[in-house]
Amino acid sequence: MKRAGFTTVWLPIALLLPQLMIIAIFFYWPAAWAVQSSFYLQDPFGFGSTFVGVENYTDLLGNVEYGKVARFTLIYTVLVTFFSLALALLLAVKADAVISGAKTYRTLLMWVYAIAPPVAGFIGLMFFDQRNGPLTQMFQAFGWDFRLGADYTSTATAMVVVAVWKQIPVNFIFFLSGLQSIPKSVREAALIDNRSATGRFWDVTFPLLAPTAFFLLIINITYALFDTFGIVDTLVRSEPGNNPVTLVYKVFVDGFRGNDLGGSSAQSVLLMLLVLVLTVFQFRLIERRIHYT
Amino acid sequence: MADLTQAGAVARPLTRPRKRIRWNRIVDHAVLITGSLFMVFPVFMVLTTISFEDVDIVQKGLQIGLEGRMAENFHDAMFEASGFTKTITGTRMLMNSLILGFGFAIGKIVISMMAAYAIVYFRLRFATFAFWIIFTTLLLPLEVRILPSYEAIQSLGLANTYTGLIVPLIASATGTFFFRQFFRSIPEELVEAARIDGAGPVKFFIDILVPLSRTMIAAIFIIMFVYGWNQYLWPTLITTDEGMFTLVRGIKQIVQVLSQTGAKIPEYGKALALSMIAMIPPVLIVIFFQSWFVKGLTESDK
Repeated sequence: MKRAGFTTVWLPIALLLPQLMIIAIFFYWPAAWAVQSSFYLQDPFGFGSTFVGVENYTDLLGNVEYGKVARFTLIYTVLVTFFSLALALLLAVKADAVISGAKTYRTLLMWVYAIAPPVAGFIGLMFFDQRNGPLTQMFQAFGWDFRLGADYTSTATAMVVVAVWKQIPVNFIFFLSGLQSIPKSVREAALIDNRSATGRFWDVTFPLLAPTAFFLLIINITYALFDTFGIVDTLVRSEPGNNPVTLVYKVFVDGFRGNDLGGSSAQSVLLMLLVLVLTVFQFRLIERRIHYT
Repeated sequence: MADLTQAGAVARPLTRPRKRIRWNRIVDHAVLITGSLFMVFPVFMVLTTISFEDVDIVQKGLQIGLEGRMAENFHDAMFEASGFTKTITGTRMLMNSLILGFGFAIGKIVISMMAAYAIVYFRLRFATFAFWIIFTTLLLPLEVRILPSYEAIQSLGLANTYTGLIVPLIASATGTFFFRQFFRSIPEELVEAARIDGAGPVKFFIDILVPLSRTMIAAIFIIMFVYGWNQYLWPTLITTDEGMFTLVRGIKQIVQVLSQTGAKIPEYGKALALSMIAMIPPVLIVIFFQSWFVKGLTESDK
């Protein structure tokens, strides 16, 4: 709040009202509803519901299928986060080092940001097509019987590749802007102290980039958990079957296809808790970030 | 770093091992070219494939080359009700996408600027409380509360309307948080001077604060437009009426139709053309307004 702020009373209330109303109707109400219905068992034919306490949760945690999905989501998140961060960092360091063509490289490496996840998934579907996808043929030439949609590992691989492709631009932009904010004096000092470029990178550049990397870590985990829905949905052609899916996808499938309202809501609540933990973690990091810079 | 090594090379051409530096540069460029190809090639291959006949695409998959079907496929995708949807054309989906993109971006900017202005510039007793109420929404992305949000829209009778499509997406604090940060960085003297000159809160907002935020508005507009345009899950749930489909929502339809095995040859050319149309507008915006876009992205997420 500004010290010299205005003292009118009705105007700020009127200004806040639209935002607060939208949030109340489309955020607090649905969130509260999810928490409430996670304690109820819905009749599949829509005739009322019974209070079952934490049964939906205990069912979920004991469910083999749910455990499998959770395990896949974990592996998927780790792989997507690692590869998209590592590749983006490599590209950002190189893009920061070159002079000629720097602008062109930057554009070519970031434009994919604008492509929607399901569109990326559709392109992936063509590249990993079972019969004549170029990448399928390449894998088969190496002796890997790659079958998208039929084989668990194949589908998972395709999901990771597409998700990484789609996420590199964001990481690249943040790493590059992090690199460019390193003061020239620091770089010059490092250049005098250490002739080896690799040594300079690990001793000076990387530690200075650490806050950006931590921040991106959270962004990437959130991305892999939630924003890849479109990629997953297109790559399994909306028919999960035996294919790997993520936790968010399961909320969707159970809630809208299986009509398991209570179970789906309980899954939503668990995901909410997960996001909460991530956010708290993120704020800790932002506090640290301030100390760094 | 780069210009430094070059300057050094010019100053000490004899002692400096020039060849090694060149090798480093070559490796740098090789990595960057590989990376750029990795990003560009998939879309390039989709683009060239659109110029082929459907039969060829069905038989051989993605192709590189230039045949004569490009214009026709794009034309059909835009102006003909394709086999993917019964009644609507690419033009209609493009229009819906534009409405979603612009409606979301403009709505979000207007609403969040107003809220941020109220929080930062007024001595309001519950300003902090209001901020926290709004701020909490950052915690839960729409994806984790889709089912209840869907029920809420249904019970309000807003399914298959633009309001139902756009407004729930606005219910998050990203914009408000962003403008709050920005307003706080504007010097206090500005509002003091404005008050001494007799400007009221409305005048100060419209004549001083909004013009001052122009760059920020442009930056956040690009991010929000792309975000709105690319929405998939929410439009999939909320629009069952084909007339309301966006291009990105249409992808789901395309994938489903292409997956069905039937006697007819699947219209791959048209499908790929539609996916291309779905990415062109946001891609052009990101490329042409690159500096604003980067600014918006790196500053809004902090």
